[in-house]
Amino acid sequence: MKKKKVFIKGAISPEFISESIAKHQSKHSIGAHNIFLGQVRADEISDRTVEAIEYSCYEELADKKLFEIRESTFEKFDLTCMHIYHSLGLVKAGEICFFVFVSSKRRKEVYEATEYVVNRVKEDVPIFGKEIFKDQSHQWKVNS
Amino acid sequence: MNDMITIKYFGEIAEAINCKEEQIAAKSDNLSELIEELNEKYNLKRFPMIIALNQNRIELNDDITIKNNDELAILPPFAGG
Repeated sequence: MKKKKVFIKGAISPEFISESIAKHQSKHSIGAHNIFLGQVRADEISDRTVEAIEYSCYEELADKKLFEIRESTFEKFDLTCMHIYHSLGLVKAGEICFFVFVSSKRRKEVYEATEYVVNRVKEDVPIFGKEIFKDQSHQWKVNS
Repeated sequence: MNDMITIKYFGEIAEAINCKEEQIAAKSDNLSELIEELNEKYNLKRFPMIIALNQNRIELNDDITIKNNDELAILPPFAGG
């Protein structure tokens, strides 16, 4: 199983995202990119405001699931390449915690593939988020 | 000698029981009985749980056998993104 780097300590910076785009300029068969960026939202929950999310994961199972997601995405869609990045550790409200980057010859494939990858990561990869409020109390994130 | 099983806990469950990892000498080779033992120890039934044995997600049934050095993971619902 070839392991690709997915987990990034802390927030995913705008510089990292722009460098990822720049790296694809040498791949001349690509005609369409699509990007999904998940950003930490300052949810208000019973008068408390989320200040940050602290992510953790079960890395061995996460790696296995991410490998399966990658394999099945390439089977389903005609893609040139795809990248998944997710934060671990503390990410403040307003910062990026999830970055999916899909590239293909033509645009039709990339919309569907992005949606597919984002949904599979949320459903199948064992990632957990502790929502930390301004008063330093916390609750555990639940995906709706 | 009893089989030694490594048990890993994550997220809200690890926090509530104040344990991320432990090793247990299993009293039987039946996974459901081990889970029941953990339920009694930590009252795990208060949590929605996902279970993985040796990095494979499993549904609990009576037929799963555990062996020495197995890794059991008790996970809350996933919340990536």
